[in-house]
Amino acid sequence: MPLSDKSRGTGAAVELDALDRRILNRLQDGLPIVEAPFAVVAQELEIEEQMLLERLNDLRESGVLSRFGPMYHAERLGGGLTLAAMSIPEIYFNAVAEEVNAFAEVAHNYRREHRLNMWFVLATETPERIGDVIAAIEAATGYPVYNMPKQEEFHVRLHLPV
Amino acid sequence: MNQVAELYMDTEAEQRLRALIEKGLPLTSRPWQTLADQCDMSEARVMATIERWQSEGLIKRLGLVIKHRPLGIKANAMVVWDIPDDQVAMVGRRLAAERAVTLCYRRPRRLPDWPFNLFCMIHGIARQRVLLELDALTQRQGLEAIPRQVLFSTHAYRQRGARYAAE
Repeated sequence: MPLSDKSRGTGAAVELDALDRRILNRLQDGLPIVEAPFAVVAQELEIEEQMLLERLNDLRESGVLSRFGPMYHAERLGGGLTLAAMSIPEIYFNAVAEEVNAFAEVAHNYRREHRLNMWFVLATETPERIGDVIAAIEAATGYPVYNMPKQEEFHVRLHLPV
Repeated sequence: MNQVAELYMDTEAEQRLRALIEKGLPLTSRPWQTLADQCDMSEARVMATIERWQSEGLIKRLGLVIKHRPLGIKANAMVVWDIPDDQVAMVGRRLAAERAVTLCYRRPRRLPDWPFNLFCMIHGIARQRVLLELDALTQRQGLEAIPRQVLFSTHAYRQRGARYAAE
């Protein structure tokens, strides 16, 4: 078993073996709704069910699995979601990042190498709230926000092939 | 009240089920039975309820999400392209089918500052590997002449999943 608690928090990468990879790739596609779903997946992978459950448990312990649960359609749940970008002068970047991250609606915020150097995801309870939050961020920081909502999603098979 | 709350008003038991699966599926041989025991439903009803949520499109699937950093996947490139509007849907579908592409969206241009309308993510262990992969897929898809930029992330200031469940 290549995974251990030791790898957690040390910055060292967790090593996956070939079976871990097959398990992770298979289960990104979803779990069948049958009485014993792990037995069905184990059979597809040509391993014992017990082995599959142990591996999953270890993957969860090691922090590789961030979630094993429902994947949502945000829009159908009635919420608003968008990607937004800002161009912030280098010397003010950290200060503005703090101001932006203070908004509870900011889900992710990445610094990227570009003139538009701050990229964040906004998730709001209703679609109408997106405009309000963007206006509030512009008012708080004094910089314009470029709103780039998804217009069309092209579906990938796996979100992260490993 | 938003749509989420309305849809989950069905029954108290279903609300409990909803909160339970949000925390993560039990890693047991009969996970639906384990959930059933915890929310006072039958195993069959748990399965039927989850199937209904899937067919209504509320849940895409029950699957797993992998964290990048424990695996040493540290290079995260947002690749943006300026594709003619009449071709963007076709190119988007083809890029999404590439194994290296983990997300692919059409978004609005913000002219004159931002001419790009197709966004995809490529993750990898190192920048060089991501760039090699990008070159290979650019050639396979015949996109050499399309203006594009690669925005690597240098720092994640905040990383939390958007949460939609009413707890």
